[in-house]
Amino acid sequence: MSTPPRTLFEKIWQRHVVADEAEHPTVLYVDLHLVHEVTSPQAFAGLAARGLGVRRPDKTFATMDHSTPTLPRHLARVDAAAEAQLAELERNCAKHAIPLFGLDHEHHGIVHVIGPELGLTQPGRTIVCGDSHTSTHGAFGALAFGIGTSEVEHVLATQCLLQHKARTLEVRVDGALGRGVTAKDVILAVIARIGTGGGAGHVIEYTGSAIGALDMEARMTVCNMSIEAGARAGLVAPDDTTFAWLDGRPYAPRGAAWDRAVCAWRALATDEGATYDRSVTFDAAEIAPMITWGTHPGMGMRIDGRVPSAESVDDPADRRAIEKALAYMGLAPGEPIVGQRVDVVFVGSCTNSRMSDLRAAASILRGRRVAEGVRALIVPGSRRVRLEAEREGLDRVFREAGAEWREPGCSMCIAMNGDEIAPGQYAVSTSNRNFEGRQGKGGRTLLASPLTAAAAAVTGRVTDPRSLLAS
Amino acid sequence: MQPFTRLTSRVAVLPVDDVDTDQVIPARFLKITDKVGLGDKLFADWRRAPSGDDPGFVLDRPETRGARVLFVGRNFGCGSSREHAPWALCGWGFAAVVATSFADIFRTNALKNGLLPVALDEVAHAHLRALLDADPRAEVTVDLEACVLRMPDGREASFPIDGFARRCLLAGIDELGYLSSLDKDISRWEAEHG
Repeated sequence: MSTPPRTLFEKIWQRHVVADEAEHPTVLYVDLHLVHEVTSPQAFAGLAARGLGVRRPDKTFATMDHSTPTLPRHLARVDAAAEAQLAELERNCAKHAIPLFGLDHEHHGIVHVIGPELGLTQPGRTIVCGDSHTSTHGAFGALAFGIGTSEVEHVLATQCLLQHKARTLEVRVDGALGRGVTAKDVILAVIARIGTGGGAGHVIEYTGSAIGALDMEARMTVCNMSIEAGARAGLVAPDDTTFAWLDGRPYAPRGAAWDRAVCAWRALATDEGATYDRSVTFDAAEIAPMITWGTHPGMGMRIDGRVPSAESVDDPADRRAIEKALAYMGLAPGEPIVGQRVDVVFVGSCTNSRMSDLRAAASILRGRRVAEGVRALIVPGSRRVRLEAEREGLDRVFREAGAEWREPGCSMCIAMNGDEIAPGQYAVSTSNRNFEGRQGKGGRTLLASPLTAAAAAVTGRVTDPRSLLAS
Repeated sequence: MQPFTRLTSRVAVLPVDDVDTDQVIPARFLKITDKVGLGDKLFADWRRAPSGDDPGFVLDRPETRGARVLFVGRNFGCGSSREHAPWALCGWGFAAVVATSFADIFRTNALKNGLLPVALDEVAHAHLRALLDADPRAEVTVDLEACVLRMPDGREASFPIDGFARRCLLAGIDELGYLSSLDKDISRWEAEHG
């Protein structure tokens, strides 16, 4: 008997079901658990209170990224609370024999940057972390999602999670992206269309020729922001691009095991004839460079467009949301966004801090200067990224332009580590959230691609990056 | 965890959609290693005392003092997975949040802390809003045994909740006990899948 056609999600899900008892959620096995300092201490304390250990420290890896400084180590100190959190993680990892990639470790970096670059992130795996941007790892065809601290404790204790099966949402992007249009613009366009809660209860699979043409780092940028559409996870089917990127990574299989793995990974792609619960389609050629104007990632627009007005929508709740967002952002409805004053530019975060992101920013900054009065912060996603960028001379490009070149970490994306913007300031940021105060109390965030962020840095204004690209 | 069966309380009305967990508890308060002390920081950047014509933020108004139910719009708790959000809500004294929908991770986190997410349909939600606007001191009853919310005018609205989570809340037990009881199944899966 032949099995019915299945989606990528269904294949990974079915393989990981440990138990599925009546009137209980499904028990799902977790292949890889990533841990960081902010969402884990209470979970470890819970284990201790119950007298439990960590079931699979060999499937658990820890790093420090959220509350860590990005200044050079001899200057670096956030505060006593942050340091206590880091010390707690060190103690917990030592106690339970969990590998820890601490601040001075060669593998140190943002959790969603180092998982892939170490080859821990592999197709077909289930991956969780106490961080909503765990969806990033779905770029490799892994089912990866964020969990809360209680669930971190569950996974530490049992290597399993209680789960209800999500529905599937296909986001299909066909065609070719235009000049100056990047993966970040694609995902901001997707979220602007389906809304910040539009993917709730769903796992997104990104399909279509434009997705297939993206390199791995671009796919990570897309999957990273799946949570900003409310989705549990984002997936891209693994293909030769995926395998080539993973080959030779420290934790990737080698030799015959690699060949067997690739063979199994090829079979993960959604079968011909399998159906999704919902589908939405986009024409890549119609996507322009995007920027957000409001206070959630669904409030995005073409950079060459005009800031929306409350009168442009019918729903009273939507009207109030637009008015509230514009009041916070200090933006006038109906005006072009191009030309808006910018105080700070941030290139970094688990969304856009990899080599391709830094190269994109450098392509604009090379031979130019950061505008007077603008602070530009370039924060690589990992030590490995930092070293590779320095080998390429990108650090010199940034420094000569007048930007700050920092140590890896979450930095200004979360503003709990000393890097933040001041009340009222405008920041064009390559990060993932423009919520009120996300980058510092009273700060105003405009999300955009590394190209658009770099363009804002050199002009001091929101600028269409296409006007600065070499022809 | 305290069992949750039935709760009668005033309601704090925050009629905002897409409230993200960065608003519920800003990131600068996450540098802790325990779960206590977050109640005072709930909605820290939205807090504002009443003054003149300004009614202030809902949690700062006298009529919501002691309210154990928070009323919000759609997609509550979107964004960050921080479980500090339900810790802060519980720390303030809330035991239930009424919305039209919840973000997935927030709902999961809330249930694991004895904080009941009550998703009403839009008609019931709007009806309750009107009643609370008319009388901000009116009380509602959230009945988890019957899975209904009783409004101040006696009208009842049912709400969905996962059966397993409901049983855990009613008994005041957490979900790890069930997972731990499946040790043999987990070992078998590990043996089969390496």
